[in-house]
Parts: sequence; structure tokens; C-alpha cells
Amino acid sequence: MKPPPFAYHAPTTLAEALDALADVGTDGKVLAGGQSLIPLLNMRLAAPGHLVDVNGVAGLDHVSVDASGVRVGALARHADVEADDDAAAAVPLLRQGLRLVAHPVIRNRGTTVGSLAHADPSAEMTAALALLGGSVTAASTAGRRTISAADFFVGPLESSLRTGELLVDAHFPRPPAGSGTAFTELARRHGDYAMCGVAALVTLDDDLRVTAARAAYLSVAPVPLVLDLTEAVAGRTPDTADFDAAGRLVRGRLDPEGDIHATAEYRAHLAEVLTARALREAAGNAVRR
Amino acid sequence: MATRMFGMPVQRTEDERLITGKGGYLDDLGAGAYAAAFVRSPHAHARVRDIDVTGALDVEGLVAVYTHEDLSGPMAEPLPLLIPHPAILDGRTPYALAKEYVHYVGEPVVMVVARDRYVAEDAVGRIAVDYETLDPVVGIEAAARAERVVHAGMSDNVAAHLVQEVGDARAAIAAAPNRIELDLDIERSACTPMEGRGVYARWDGRDAMLRLYSSTQTASGVRAAVAAKLGLQLGQVEVVVPDVGGGFGVKIVHPWPEELMVPWAARALGHEVKWAEDRREHFTAAAHERAQRQHVTVGFDDEGRLLGLDVDILHDNGAYLPYGIIVPIVTSTQLLGPYKPGAYRVEFRSLYTTTAIVTPYRGAGRPQGVFAMERTMDAIAAHLGMDRADVRAANFIQPEEMPYDQGLLFQDGRPLIYDSGDYPASLEKIKKLVGWDDFTAYRDAARAEGRKVGIGLACYVEGTGPGPYEGGHVQVETSGKVRVATGLTTQGQGHQTALAQIVADELGVPMSDISVTTGDTRRMPYSVGTFASRGAVMSGSAVALAARRLKEKALRIAADALEADAEDLEIVDGRVQVRGTPSAGIELGTVAVLSNPLRYAFDEASKAATQFTGAADYTRPPVAADDEPGLEGTDFYSPLRSTFASGMHAVVVETDPETAEIRILRYCVVHDCGKLVNPLIVEGQVHGGVAQGVAGALYERMEYDSGGQLLNASFMDFLMPYASEVPKVEIDHLETPSPLNPLGIKGAGEAGVIPGAAVIAAAVEDAEGFAITRMPVSPSELFHLRRRFDKGGIAPLPGAYSRTGEANA
Amino acid sequence: MSEELHEIRLRVNGAEHTATVPARRLLSDCLRQDLGLTGTHVGCEHGVCGACTVRVDGRPTRSCLMFAVSAQGHEITTVEGLAEPDGTLHPVQRAFRECHGLQCGFCTPGFLTVVSAYLEDNPDPTEEEAREAVGGNLCRCTGYQNIVKAVLRAAEIRREEAAAAPGGERAAGAGERR
Repeated sequence: MKPPPFAYHAPTTLAEALDALADVGTDGKVLAGGQSLIPLLNMRLAAPGHLVDVNGVAGLDHVSVDASGVRVGALARHADVEADDDAAAAVPLLRQGLRLVAHPVIRNRGTTVGSLAHADPSAEMTAALALLGGSVTAASTAGRRTISAADFFVGPLESSLRTGELLVDAHFPRPPAGSGTAFTELARRHGDYAMCGVAALVTLDDDLRVTAARAAYLSVAPVPLVLDLTEAVAGRTPDTADFDAAGRLVRGRLDPEGDIHATAEYRAHLAEVLTARALREAAGNAVRR
Repeated sequence: MATRMFGMPVQRTEDERLITGKGGYLDDLGAGAYAAAFVRSPHAHARVRDIDVTGALDVEGLVAVYTHEDLSGPMAEPLPLLIPHPAILDGRTPYALAKEYVHYVGEPVVMVVARDRYVAEDAVGRIAVDYETLDPVVGIEAAARAERVVHAGMSDNVAAHLVQEVGDARAAIAAAPNRIELDLDIERSACTPMEGRGVYARWDGRDAMLRLYSSTQTASGVRAAVAAKLGLQLGQVEVVVPDVGGGFGVKIVHPWPEELMVPWAARALGHEVKWAEDRREHFTAAAHERAQRQHVTVGFDDEGRLLGLDVDILHDNGAYLPYGIIVPIVTSTQLLGPYKPGAYRVEFRSLYTTTAIVTPYRGAGRPQGVFAMERTMDAIAAHLGMDRADVRAANFIQPEEMPYDQGLLFQDGRPLIYDSGDYPASLEKIKKLVGWDDFTAYRDAARAEGRKVGIGLACYVEGTGPGPYEGGHVQVETSGKVRVATGLTTQGQGHQTALAQIVADELGVPMSDISVTTGDTRRMPYSVGTFASRGAVMSGSAVALAARRLKEKALRIAADALEADAEDLEIVDGRVQVRGTPSAGIELGTVAVLSNPLRYAFDEASKAATQFTGAADYTRPPVAADDEPGLEGTDFYSPLRSTFASGMHAVVVETDPETAEIRILRYCVVHDCGKLVNPLIVEGQVHGGVAQGVAGALYERMEYDSGGQLLNASFMDFLMPYASEVPKVEIDHLETPSPLNPLGIKGAGEAGVIPGAAVIAAAVEDAEGFAITRMPVSPSELFHLRRRFDKGGIAPLPGAYSRTGEANA
Repeated sequence: MSEELHEIRLRVNGAEHTATVPARRLLSDCLRQDLGLTGTHVGCEHGVCGACTVRVDGRPTRSCLMFAVSAQGHEITTVEGLAEPDGTLHPVQRAFRECHGLQCGFCTPGFLTVVSAYLEDNPDPTEEEAREAVGGNLCRCTGYQNIVKAVLRAAEIRREEAAAAPGGERAAGAGERR
């Protein structure tokens, strides 16, 4: 299980990186954290002719927080984002989700933006970005563009990133005032990809009544699907809301696939159960905020 | 008298080098060796039409490419069938490289040798093999139906068929007042040591000598097999086993195709060659175990006593049968556990499938046997509305009935006679440890909170320490240092420590003066190997016997030197002295000097052994006719029969009413392996076994699709538990000494894993209220079982078996 | 076909090393084969087992999921670098030996590197936290029982040593919580 040969590019500036990506075209891959890419290389399931290692590019490892939310640079490691107290305060869903990403050692090297670029519908950060309605910034020699989460995730391991583009950052917006979030998932082993996972956001008004309830799903759809479940719980307080009913609303709206770890039917069942659990927890967090 | 080491929780002498990165595992050796890689079959069943290697030839760094056509003589013939048995109807073994057919995904077809493994894998990717695909045979059902046949020339897939019977079981069942039938199913798992297999060969053309390093559980077995295949005399082959990163059974298989090809290529190329298996190879091309289907028919009286037991087993042995039928033999004999079965009949068919071979994995058929028997015990309890512990107690062999002859032939070809054991005492201990009698109250309280909890119990007896023999060699150097060698290998069991403890006590020398070598044919060529929980029993006994011989000689020589009676001497801290007069004594190193009459002195101490020093007895030659020079002892331990360890596990689980997650709340073990050499090590063995038992019950399975592709050949999808999945283990010991060996010990290596599937199935069943007959069980499967149960597709457990007090009708 | 080679400089266990490697050489293989530091073990080469874990700038990292060329300019610590230069074993090493936290020893270097880093940030873990700390590494021998014990024992040794060191009472700090 050794990787195949490739030509190695180690740019030190963003401009060099974008030039390199433009040069190598479809035969090139970006190497950031490498925690998803290198296993594929070692198993020889991928064999790009060129790797553009962006780890040496200056100025991409930021985690910055402002009134709009948290902006995460392409080289910020999961562990950096997770450890950032300002980021956790602004967008609690980040830390709530990141603690579920594989194991700490993987989070030390893996990057949050790299995980988004990988567009794995089983990944926590894709669901987080989708739930919050965030966006990513893609750069190329032709310039920059901002892509909303809804437009970015196209299919399993498929994004709308174009050849020659590098994801330079991601923006996770602050949830609306009065909101709480939660992240819950069920994996066969601690740290495994979830059989099903739910990221939830519940918004309360000043009287602590639910005005919005949404959930994003892992591992039960080809993309990080977001469902609006407000109708089941609108106008109720967290104590009186029927979150199980919200869970039932999910029925028929997801199309999970079965695999050796969980059947499609079981995943669909988990989606209902975990929806209720995540919404209940999110509502509780909204009250506490 | 110095502190006795036997029985003490001594820290391991192995650890210093292992915690500092100074271990020497297979792939740590041979820095300059060429690397081997293999083109392996992507098909479960195919005929090789053509192999085109031209694409690989321009890979820079390529050294050689070999196919079966390059082999001749014994190397071109099938590999040996290691354990022949009259019940084997058609024993097929693979070739070192596939000759015409391949029978599982992963079977080696072409060997590539290159400058390094990266380049070797590049070349492997450029070799084109043209296959004519044939029908796969996957799973026990397909194998038994025999609509498709694995091996050309066979009319079905039955490799072996064996019936053993004591009494007339079927008549006894027919006459019994109660009768139950069970269909049980256990899936495949595998040993999965953290270090895969590996072989490193050095051929010395000038001396015509082969030095082979292998990550194996048998140095002597590999030596004999490699010598035979390569056409070498045994004396031309040395096998050295370096540090081994776990075995658990898979590394007892030998010679692997790779284990032959590597030394063969090293000789052909006149250059060192190494193959270190990668993880994907280990999943597809090493060995698996466990898969069986069992049909049990049992007749019993109204007190739950067995009157007749009839078990029919279908065993999946994979593509070939290199290790014979040891696993199903063990299942069919060890199934009986601590019980008297009344009349017993067991029949098994061992079946070929187009999947990886099946050879012993820790427990080696026992987990399946215990699953059959313990599920049966629980079913009897349910049927009669009895407490599950009481049914077991009603069937126990009593301590005063030992030795107890079960009337069968065991896996070592010798009678299945239990040597000792106290099962009622074990049961009392485990009930107390887990709080068996208080559990009903706990469960009722949990139920009231909407939680589902259940308790399970499972008992086992494990034949350990089978022969034929192991040897020990103990030598005192003139420095006083003691060198100990035994032939069997070690892969984490702490043999270097445990054997040193035994020798320290026998000789009266400090542990720090003792070094132990295992698995090196240069030091101890006569050996069998490490399997069946035999390391401590066999080599422990052998080194004890060898040390006793040495001690006798040491005392005799010292008695001469001290002009004392040998009977009055003792050895304390490496010094032979007169009991009660410690000032009159002589260092053991000096005794070693005196043991070897010298013409030439080589240092100050050795002068004492030369011809003009001291008083000589002119009536005797310097070395007596019945003596030999040197202070060493060699002896061999060969037991009459296996010794039988036993134990009982109890587990409490909680199942999530919504998600069907299964969580272990308590895992309790009572363990009896006779005298404990080192409780620290024994408990470590139990811990590791329990983790593998939990793994086999709740997480691990080899998932083949119907085409014979292994779908989860990675640690991503083969769910070996992390620390987060393994519960805390609570252990209590019982020590019933074995009367069969000089130390009173029984094996401990496999015990922890044996009742895992049975005890967890029992607990889940207790929590859920319906029978669990198939393991492992995942949350997804439990979810679907609940659905079927809710729809009436599964019968509720009858009677008070669920111990809720609210009897299921 | 000739593969391009890169001259790289690596700082490992405080010493500078140079190696000439293709870009695809995994850090694990570079350490083992090019630098002869075979204490780092390779157990799966897909980042799941953790046997190859080394510290990169202090942080535990899978060396099978990193190329040696990417490791330039970083401080690498392997199991060989855990003990003091005078040979005094790291508290984690001592604790693993004391608690029988290893059997075959193959996974052990990965556990040692992970735990050594963990205790620097979490000097006083609970049993549950200790279990979580080693939750990303596979061991097939021990059932993790004595590894968890060893994490707790290593924390205890660190606290004892901090207390014994000059000005140690203060340094031990939160360590006395249990």
C-alpha cells in the first residue's frame, strides 16, 4: 500500500499555487491535510500525475471571527478550529461537529476546508456549512468566486469546484439571534463515519417560542441535505414542542443507501430518532444562550 | 531463601526495548533487502489463461518477476497439508504461485522483486493477467448446496466429514421428556494482529546456508517446510523469529506461499529479499475463522439435565485446507464445556468456499462450540422456566468426578479427559462478582425508567497445552549469567519474563541474570510452536525440567568442590552454599568453570579448570563416561494429554430502545488456569481475549459479497474495536492446579475470547425478550430483529426465562 | 522511467537529518528506511490504526498520511525521542511498563507518542478522559485495560515529578485535584 509516483509542486505563495494548479489541470490534486487523499493514494484508488502541496503557502491558516461569523482558511487544521474559543462562541456548531470528526490525531493534520473540498456527504463539516447556509471561496488564476453551500455540494465526493481552482476559505455564518445548535450522530465505532448524523438549528423568539427548526443530514443523502422542520414545532416552547413529530416529518424526504454497516431502512429510522434528539438539544442550547 | 518469582506480578523484561523503539520486528530488519510484492487474483474463482509481464519490464528498479512456470521440483507442487486426518475426504492445498486456477481473491499469482516496495507495487500494477472467470462459491449455504464446485475433480465441496458419538444420542433424545432444536449461525472474523505476516531471507552461497527470518508462530515448522520445498538439508536452514507484532493463530499456518517464494527468490537472485505484508494483503490473503452453522437437538429432563445432545455442524474452511480440520474438531469436542451431555453425537462437514482460508484464530473453534452449548443451556432454562445458572449447575461435572473422560478424541489425537477443575466454585464466584441474584431488581428499576438491560452467563472448558512436546535448554555461563532457550515463539505473551521467573526459582538465580531466547532454531531446533494456549504449559514445564537437570549437576560439582554432601546444598542468589552455613559456598559461575575441564585458561577464573590446579581423581577421566562438559541442562516436556482450563463470563448490557445500540455495562470474568506464573501477564491475556470476544460479538465480520469480493478489507470497514468499544473487565481467579505437569499450570492465552459471543448473545436476548441465534449482532441487525419480533415473526421467549417475573406466554 | 528525487532535510528528535527521496515517500517509510528509526511502526497505511503516530511540532500525526517532503521545516518526535538524552524514560514509557500496558509492543510507539502529547495539555485526566485520549489507536493485544491504567499512572508520575522538582508544588497545580 504505497502511493503511486507523482510530480510534486510546493508553492509558497497563493499566486504560485494557482499557477501550478492552472498548469497541471485535470491531472493535478491539491494536497492540504491529506487525511482523505493520502489513504486513497496509498490504496492506489487515485493516481494523479501532479500534487500541489499547499502546506507551505503563507496566509492560509487563519481562523477569523467577525460579526458575520467564522472564516476558516484553507490550511486551518480541524484541531485549530476546534480549539478556537472565539469561533466556538460565534458558531457553536463548529466545535459541536468537529469533536465528531474522526479522531484527534486526524484532526491535528486534516483541514476543515479540505474536508469541504472533498464533499463527502458523510462528513460533519459539509453538513455544518449546509445547515448554516455558509459559503466557500474558490480562487484560480482567473480570479475568485464565492459559492454557497447549496451550490457547492453537487453529489457524493463531487463539488462545483472547477479545474484549476483552490478553495481558499470557508465562511460559517453566525446563526440568527436566539438560535441554538446541536450535532448528534451514530457511528459503529467512536470516530467512524456516521451511519447517520444530524446537525440541528433551532431559533426561538423572545418568548422562547420556536420560530425556525432546521436539520442537516450526514450519510443519508448524496449531498448534505438540509430540511426545514419548523412546521412541526413552530410556536412551541422547547418544553412543549413535539420534536418526535419533527422527526417523523423527515420520513420519505431522505433517500439513504444501505451498506455493510447499516441498512437503508435502519438509517432512515435513525434519521427520525436523531432528528428529534438533535432538535431537542439545539432548542435547549437556544434557551441557554 | 530468595523471594519466589513464580506467582508474582513481575514487570516484563521485554518491555524496556519495546517502549523505547528498540524492538526488532520483521520489517525492521534487512534494510538492504530487495522488496517483494505479489500480483494477486482479483477474482474468487478463475482459470489463469495468460500472464503478460512486458508492461512491467521497463519499471526502473525492477529486479525479477516470477510465475509458476519458473518453479520446479517440490516448489512446483502443492503446499503441504499440515495436519492429515482420516476424516479428510479431499484435502486441497494451494501452490506457491497459482498454477492454473485461483480459488479466492488475493491468491498470489505472480511474484515481483524490486529495489523497494514502491517500485514493486508499480510493477505489480503493470502486469496483465488474463483470467477466465468461473463461478464463485461463497457462504456455507452455497457450499453445502454444491450447485457450484470450488475444486475441479470434486463432485461437491465437502473437504472432510467426521462423526463422533458417545452412547446413542438420538435414542436418548427421542426418549427424553423435553426436546428442543436450535439453528445457530456465526460469521467470519480474523486474528488481525497489528503486524501482518513477513519474511526476510538471506542466502549465503559460499556456505550454502539459508537464514530465514519470519513473523511466525513456529520456527521449527517453517524450517522443516522450507527445507523440504527448497530441496535443502535441515542443517542448511536456520529460522529466526524476531519480535512478532501479534499472532493470535494466523501465524501458525506455514509455509505460506510468500514464506516459500521469498527464500526461493533470495537463493535464485543471490541477494536478500524481504516481504512485509501490507494491511490489505492481510485481510484478503492471510486467514480467517469462525464461520459455522450449527443445528442442535437436545433432550433433557424436567430438572434441566441433559439426556442426549445431537449437534450437526457445517464449517466453512475457505479455499484450501492447509491446516486440516483442527477448528471443527475443536468445536465438536470443546462444545461440551463443563457439562455431562448424557449421550452425545456430533457430526461436521468441512466445506470449501472460494474465500480466504480458515485456520485457527484465538479460541480456534471453541467460541463456536461454546455458543452452541450455552445457547442450548439458555434455551433449556427458557423452556423449563428455570434460572439459567441453575440449569448449568445441574449439568456440571463435579470436582470429585475428576479426571473426567468425555469419551471423545481431542484435537491432539488423544482422549478428551479433563484433568481437574471446580465448576461449582467458579459459578458461585461469577454469580457473586456480577451480582446475578440481585439483577432482577436492577432490571425492574431500569425498565421503570424506560431502559432495556439484560444479563448473560456463559461457561467454557478449554483444552490447553497439547503436545507433542517442547524443549528447554538452560546454560550457566562462567560469568554466572543464565541463558535459557526454548523453541516455541512468542508474540506478546511475555514468555521471556514468565520463563525467566520459572528458571529463577528452579535455579535460585536472580531474574536479572537470566536471558531467554525463543523461536530460534540455532538455539533449540526441536520444537513444535505456539498455539492452543501451550506456551507456558509446554515451554514452562520444559525449562523447569531442564533447570532441574542443570541444578542437579551444579550441586554435584559444587559438592565435590566444597567437600560437602549435595543433599545439604542450596542455591541462593546465584551462589551454591551449604544450608545453614552460607559462608561455605561457591558462585554458580565458578561451578560453570569447574564443569568444563580445560587445557587452556582464558582468564583468571578459568585457571581453576585446568589440569595442574586442584586435586584430580586419577581413577576417573576428566569427564566421566555418563557426563558431559559444561553447566547446562536440556530436557523436553511431553504431556500425556492436554490440560483443561476453564472459566465463566457474565455480562450486563443495555440496548437503546430507539437506536438499537448495544452497550456493555459490566463484563465479569472468573478464570481458572491452574497455578498462575505471573498474574499481571495472565490478566493481560484475559483482557485481550475479552476484547476480541466483544469484537466478534458486536463489531467484526468478514463481509464477502456473493461474487467473493471482500467488501471490508480495511480498518475503516472491518470494525476492530478501539478503547471506546471495549468495556472495563472485572476478573476473579480460581486456581485448580493441573496434576499433569511439574508446575500445576494450565494455558491462559485464548481463554478470554472463548465465551464472548455466547455471553453477549445471552445478555442481549435477556434485554430484548427474544432469541438471539446469530452472531455478531449490529445495531442495524437488532433493529430489524425488533421489527420482525413486533410483527410476530420471532417468537417471544417462553416462561420466566427473561427473569422479569412477568412470564412471556 | 526515472522518478524525480528530492533532497530533504528533516529535524527528528532534535537532530538534523538529510535524505534523498521521491516525493511519494511516506514520512513513516522515510523515518524507518532512510533514517533507520524503526521504532515507528506501520500497521495499516490508511491512517486508522495509529501505530505510525509521531509528533509533528508537538502534535500527534499519522506518519503514514504525510509525505516526507511535506515534513521539512517541522520538528518531528518519534518514540526514540521520548526518553531524556541521558536515557531516563519518559513518564509514559515508565507507566506502560509498570502497568503492563503492552504485549506484542507493535502498536505501543503510537500510543506513547499520543499519550505524551495528551498529558501536556491534560495533566490530570479522569479514567473516561484517559480512555478517550487513546481512542484513536488500535491495539489487538491488551483490550486497552492496562493502556488506560497506564495513561492515568503516567499522569500521576508527571505530577509526582513536578512536585518533587524545585518549585514543584506550584507547578503541579491542578494535578492535585484527584
